[in-house]
Formats: sequence, structure tokens, C-alpha cells
Amino acid sequence: MAIKVEHIDHIYGAGTAFAQYALRDVNFTIEDGEFVGLIGHTGSGKSTLIQHLNGLLRASNGQIYYNGECIYTNDYDMRALRGKVGLVFQYPEHQLFEADVFSDVCFGPKNLGLSKEEIDARAREALGQVGLDESFYRQSPFELSGGQKRRVAIAGVLAMHPEVLILDEPTAGLDPKGRDEILEEISELHRKKGMTIILVSHSMEDIARYASRLLVMNQGEKVFDGTPKEVFRHYRELEAMGLAAPQITYIVHELQERGVGIPQDLTTVEEARDAILQAWKGK
Amino acid sequence: MEMIKASKLIFDYIRRNEEDQIEEVNRAIDGLDAEIGTGDFVAVLGHNGSGKSTFAKHINGILLPTEGTVWISHMDTKDVDRIWDIRKTAGMVFQNPDNQIIGNIVEEDVGFGPENMGVPTEEIWKRVDESLKAVGMTAYRMRSPNKLSGGQKQRVAIAGVMAMRPQCIVLDEPTAMLDPNGRKEVIRTVRELNKREGITVLLITHYMEEVVDADRVIVMDGGKIVMDGTPREIFAQVERLKAYRLDVPQITELAYELKKAGMDLPDGILSREELIEHLVPLISTGV
Repeated sequence: MAIKVEHIDHIYGAGTAFAQYALRDVNFTIEDGEFVGLIGHTGSGKSTLIQHLNGLLRASNGQIYYNGECIYTNDYDMRALRGKVGLVFQYPEHQLFEADVFSDVCFGPKNLGLSKEEIDARAREALGQVGLDESFYRQSPFELSGGQKRRVAIAGVLAMHPEVLILDEPTAGLDPKGRDEILEEISELHRKKGMTIILVSHSMEDIARYASRLLVMNQGEKVFDGTPKEVFRHYRELEAMGLAAPQITYIVHELQERGVGIPQDLTTVEEARDAILQAWKGK
Repeated sequence: MEMIKASKLIFDYIRRNEEDQIEEVNRAIDGLDAEIGTGDFVAVLGHNGSGKSTFAKHINGILLPTEGTVWISHMDTKDVDRIWDIRKTAGMVFQNPDNQIIGNIVEEDVGFGPENMGVPTEEIWKRVDESLKAVGMTAYRMRSPNKLSGGQKQRVAIAGVMAMRPQCIVLDEPTAMLDPNGRKEVIRTVRELNKREGITVLLITHYMEEVVDADRVIVMDGGKIVMDGTPREIFAQVERLKAYRLDVPQITELAYELKKAGMDLPDGILSREELIEHLVPLISTGV
């Protein structure tokens, strides 16, 4: 049991006339090794929620447990929590500041007070995980492409050796290939290292492809929690919340309405292709 | 008549050291020729670093050519005396709405451009009214821009450009930061401005779905135009697009995969309706 969120509220301006619920009675448990997608329209509370998970924001009410320990007890080590729950913000490349790529990735582990050898080893490993080889180490991060910069920023978080990696729209503004590359690298961390991943995204197609579980936020509340297939079944309700299902879901539903016998819960191009070919050859 | 014309355009990003000596030259645009007709809706695709944004910044003179020439409505962008006319003719909308909004309330923000141009007060109000109406944001005119959704903010930014009465709008990834609804709002707004007001639109995007309704798609790679055609012509070339680090809409990809597996489908299917209309008879007869 990695993260347990119990009845949390987050109220901005509590006790004033402007009090506003950013989160309201949110509950869920994320187990070790899950790959969770988090979706919701702009202002639905996604970003507020993820900042609670590593203690950057404190819930107005409710409790959060990390590996069974309540993070709001007085002697809880918040610093250690932030090392274990790594958060990659939107446009993380805006936070790069060192003169070269390698130093930037070393910054986090250096602050953990590790030995020089350990810091170097961690930086090398983290850069390798995001697909940046030695030729990048001495380059200025500011002269890299958008996708490369973002990789450096992600490596900076990976070098802290987090157990849980939370990414807020890691592919915004990247070209399709760059998007696929970063998502593949994240997926590999999940498959090979068993890292728990929480991916915030506006791309339903990406979520359908990578996440095994999907949380949907709307107006500060958790409204759906299930496998992507289960959640995308509610595509009309998702649309009413300013979201959508992957395009493939719409095709599949329309084919069904037109009397084509294919399974309902298809969300990726590969699944739809196989099902359509089967229906076609079955004739 | 062409709204935008570029001839043998070259642009170098030059890095200098502290002694002002040239350290590195990075050629972002490499001999680009382009003509974009008045009233066209043109989408520009290309991977990060392909030169799209650098080209866009040439259209209203934010960047000036290292070599070659760019004309906007027959004005040479290097003509210093006409820079304000050039910027009035071509307006720009960028990726992040929060970096473009400066007013405390929506109407103030939209009026900022014409006010700076010295437009008389009465006329400013008229333009603010019209621009907000054109992007469907009239109901929000007295609101604080901070309280709007991403899509709404981006529409306010577009209204701010519209209030300058441009003939052409260049949008550089206007939907990259928006949720699905916000993306739809912005694209619908831009398409309407193009259809109703005849504004020439140059839309830079990484979302292939947004390109489907354009009159023309330009693909850039290495600072040059490498593909140029209708969305159907472009998206029929799935493998070539992938080689340029691009993609096709999921609908097109599904159709392409089905065709590869032997189904008799045309190339470059772009819409859901089209795919369904072709698939239903094929599946029911099993041909």
C-alpha cells in the first residue's frame, strides 16, 4: 500500500467569505507498482491533488498515509517523503538552472548529502533512464530541444530515487515522436523498476494506452475510478465534464450502433484493428 | 493574391561569447519558399526544432531574415518604417495564455492593442464589442481573466488580436496547454473567424486532429518545407510523416492499419463518419 488518501478536503481561503473547495472528500488508495492516469478539465483539482501527495500542500481536512504512516503526524519526515514521492511539474524545463546537464541532475542528490561517487552514479543512471547519453552531460540545458530539456528535468527527479513518480502533463508541447519517446521511457520505469506512476494528462489516447487505472476529477471531487475501459464507457458523462474518450472509443460505439458485432470496450488503435478485422473475416 | 510570401528565407540563430565573437551558428530556416493565399486556413506541422515557430515569428517581423525576404500583404518585413502596419496586418497568438493577458478585466485586455495604436475611444469600444462577439466571450467581458478556463483565456487572447483588425492570424501551438474542451473551443473559434471574416489563418500545432479541417497542410523539417498539400494528401503518407517524427490522427491510423490488413479502404481517411461509411458495407458483406 503506497498512498492512501482519506476524506481530504482542500479549502482555499478557509474561514473567509471567499472560501472555496478545491478538493472535496477525495478518497483512494494507490498500491505499489500501479500506473494510474489522472484526468480532469482545467481547474478540476488535479494539480492541487498531486501536490498533496508529496506534502507540498496540506489538506484542510482528512488524512494521507504513505506506506501506512500518516504524513500529518508531527514527527513525520516530510523531507524524506518528498524524496520518495517525486513530482515532475508542468513544463519542468523552466526549473533547469545549472550550467550543464550533468550538474543539473546532480543537484537533488547533492542536497541529500550523498557521497560524490553516489551522486555521479545516480545522475548517470537517471540520464540513461531518460535516454540521454554522455554526449549531453556537458551541454548547457538551455541549448537543448524542448523534449531533451524535459528529459533532463525528469532525470533530476529520478536521481532522487523516488518510489512514486508523479508527472503533470509531461508531454505538453512536444511533437508526436517526442511524446511517444517520453511515455515509453516512463512506461519502462514502471515495467522494469516497478515504479508507481501517476500520470496527469489531457490526452485520452495516451492514458488509454499506458494506464491500468484511471481517476477522473471534476470540480474538486473524484467522480470515476476504474480501468480506462470502464471509465471510457461513460464517455457521454466525460464530455459533459469537458473531457472526452479516445477517438477509437467513438468509432467502436458508432459501429455497434450500425449493427457491427464488436466488443464495446476498445480504446486503442491496435485493439480496434484486431476487433474490426475479426468481424470482417468472420463473415 | 498572396497574404504571406517567403522567398529563399534563411535564418541563423547566432550565439556570441562575452567578447561578442561568434561562437555557434544554428541555421533554423534553410532556404524556405512559401506562398499563402488570402483567406486560406493553413496548418503547419513539424517536429520540435523543425523551424515552425521561427518561421511564424518572421511573419510579423518579430524576427528578421538573415537572408531572403518575407512579405506580408506585399510589405517587406525588413522595412522599418512599416513595422507597425505589418504587425497590424498579422497578429500572433502564443502557446501560454497566461503570458499574453495583461488586463484586469477581459474588456480592458481586448482593448489594449487598439489603445496602443491610437484608435479613438469610441472606435475601441466598438472593436472590443465586435471582437468579443467573434470569439463568443461577450458574456465574460467584465470578468477577471484569471478566473477563466484555459480555452476561454486563449479566446480572449484571440479577441485581443482581432481588435487590431488583422488580415491574418498566426497561432503558435495555441492549444498545447488546454484540456480537450478548451482545444475544441479554440479551434472552432479560429475556424469561424476564417470562414466568417475571411481572416487568413496559419495554425502551428502538434495535434494532428486539429489539422483535418485546414485547406492546406505544410510540413516542415530541417528549416524547409518538405510536404505541402491538402490534409487528405498529407495524411495518406503515414510512413513518411512518421519519418518526420509526426503522426496521423487516430482515425487515419486505424484506416491505414485496416487497409494494410487487406480491407479495401481509400487512402487518407480523416473523419469518423467517412471511416464508418466505408467500414459498415465491407464488414457486412465480408469483402
